[in-house]
Amino acid sequence: MTKTITLAQGNGGEENNELIKKVFYKAFANEILERSEDAAVIGNLAMTTDSFTVSPLFFAGADIGKLAVCGTCNDLAMMGAVPKYLTCSVIIEEGFEVALLERIVESMRKELAINGAVVVSGDTKVVPRGSVDKIFINTTGLGEIVQEGISSNNITQEDIILINRDIGCHGATIFAAREGMEMSSTLSSDCNSLYPQVKALMDAGVKITAMRDATRGGVAAVLNEWAKQSNVCIEVEEEKIPVSDEVKGICEMLGFEATALANEGTFVLAIKKENAQKAVGILKGFEMCAMASAVGEVSQKYPKKVILKSAWGTSRFLETPSGELLPRIC
Amino acid sequence: MSSLELKDLYDGFRDPEVIKGYQKVIATDAQKLPHTINIMEVCGGHTHTIMKYGILQLLPKNIQFVHGPGCPVCIMPKERIDHAYVLSMQENVILVTLGDMIKVPGSNGSLQDARAKGADVRFVYSPLDCLKIAKENPDKTIIFFAIGFETTTPMTAALLETVIRQDVKNILLHVNHVTVPEPMRVLISDESCIIDAFLGPSHVSVISGSKIYEEFPRDWGKPIVVSGFEPVDVMQSISMIVKQFIEGRCELEVEYNRAVTREGNTKAQAMMDKYFQKVDFRWRGLGDIVQSGLGLRDEYDRYNAEKIYDAILPKEEIDDHKLCICGDILKGKATPPQCSIFGTACKPTSPVGSCMVSSEGACAAYYKYGNLI
Repeated sequence: MTKTITLAQGNGGEENNELIKKVFYKAFANEILERSEDAAVIGNLAMTTDSFTVSPLFFAGADIGKLAVCGTCNDLAMMGAVPKYLTCSVIIEEGFEVALLERIVESMRKELAINGAVVVSGDTKVVPRGSVDKIFINTTGLGEIVQEGISSNNITQEDIILINRDIGCHGATIFAAREGMEMSSTLSSDCNSLYPQVKALMDAGVKITAMRDATRGGVAAVLNEWAKQSNVCIEVEEEKIPVSDEVKGICEMLGFEATALANEGTFVLAIKKENAQKAVGILKGFEMCAMASAVGEVSQKYPKKVILKSAWGTSRFLETPSGELLPRIC
Repeated sequence: MSSLELKDLYDGFRDPEVIKGYQKVIATDAQKLPHTINIMEVCGGHTHTIMKYGILQLLPKNIQFVHGPGCPVCIMPKERIDHAYVLSMQENVILVTLGDMIKVPGSNGSLQDARAKGADVRFVYSPLDCLKIAKENPDKTIIFFAIGFETTTPMTAALLETVIRQDVKNILLHVNHVTVPEPMRVLISDESCIIDAFLGPSHVSVISGSKIYEEFPRDWGKPIVVSGFEPVDVMQSISMIVKQFIEGRCELEVEYNRAVTREGNTKAQAMMDKYFQKVDFRWRGLGDIVQSGLGLRDEYDRYNAEKIYDAILPKEEIDDHKLCICGDILKGKATPPQCSIFGTACKPTSPVGSCMVSSEGACAAYYKYGNLI
């Protein structure tokens, strides 16, 4: 590990994992933390925390406020929990406009309502100009687990891998905004609360093995984490991974892989084979999930690895993204 | 509204049926080959395509690939990376460069490390973005660390032209541009060279034309096909090379004819000529190659960061880590898995050699796409 912190260590990929393991896990080691789930499971409660530093604060499809509620509520939903209580802690730079702050908080209020959650505690700090870039928000969430036993450690060959919608929209949107590219009027962030989709699946009796929202590090990071945590090989068919033309275009221009781009309303599911078709049907009932698709299977071919198979019969490993891809996307 | 959509650039060129069709044609033709043929893809972009799309898995055993030195980040000698580092640590300097340069380790660290220590280092997609940075930071000196082959040189020329025309006072250039034919000549002059044919870099030819490769079949007896970067392009080009061998031809052919002409972009060439002159350049792995670089012409000295900061820039040549075989890999004498530190001490997150740094480097491509299956 490097002696000083570099931006690559916040990428949600290789370097980020190394930093967490060597510094935080080393100091805080305990059984709950080491399960490395989206949210910690304590009895029938799920608990998680997330900080939001996105730049720009407002972007196509969402803003930092919506993101701050979605991000935390989604981590709870991914553990089969209904989001209930949140804390909201903000660090604001001196000189920040109150009108903008109100806009951000209003976005948070709307998104809390969608999740049926409330903010029950908060903290406000104002720091001198230059100590922070405009505004950073931290939210911590507590949820009540509805479906037990969802875990990234339990995926087997009985499972099939699904993705709920087209991937990479958030990462592509933020990057396009930051680069000042106006190449598509339809491209917007996928930032969205996932609890309604999870609830629909659970209400229909779909037994979920694992769920994870593909934030920093994208779908590639999630699949690799799962392969390692469950000691399985995940075999994905590249042409089945849903990607919109807009995102493909940005990837072509800037040399990215859609699977490495961040998402804020996209999740990967592992469910029993017999439930796959039903689950895809339920997801497609949501407007943004028209491209929901089963993308791969689980095997023991290369345990702890993810294989990407092309439509012309070649295959390669899909690695955890590394390096500095998109700083401050969330 | 424009009628050309982004997807037109790749739609059809990744068609599974077309790729499989070429696979069959190549397999049939390759049975008639008198011996194994070693094709060098000179350009890092082609290395990337070959590994990403699993092209090697589609070829018979008697067609082999040798990965060439066409990755501008990979061939950058360490002392020039140190130049970038030293410049970035100067007070009131903003160092601007293109993507992957930021990760290459020099003797004191990478530009990423320099930034963590407080240096202002930025990366851009277009050199012209420097103009905006210069405008927003009138009290800072913007140094553009220019890298790349003939493909990116015209953009650097366009930046300099605009700087002069608009009389921008705070932009300087540190130029590390190189050209393709000279290292190719060095490689095939080497007695131990095993290259039978070339897959020619085509974005270079969009600028310089296909004519720059005419000497290779004519004077050196090596067939060359200038190829596009999509999997269909590469498969078609391989097929064209194989056909040349079985038909006893040795020619320059252009597969990427949707963008490449014999003469190339003459306007861009004129612009390059106006601002740049041929200079000697030391290549990582290949050593000094006469007249293989493009430096600023003397009359533009006042924009030349290398001359202005001459007193503080390190001059000593630095050799690679002794276990690193990037040199042999760049010459096509070894493949990445033959290196003792490949994937262990040397990984994309902690690169020892330059071929592991850039996504276009052979080692990074092998590590990332690991054609182990």
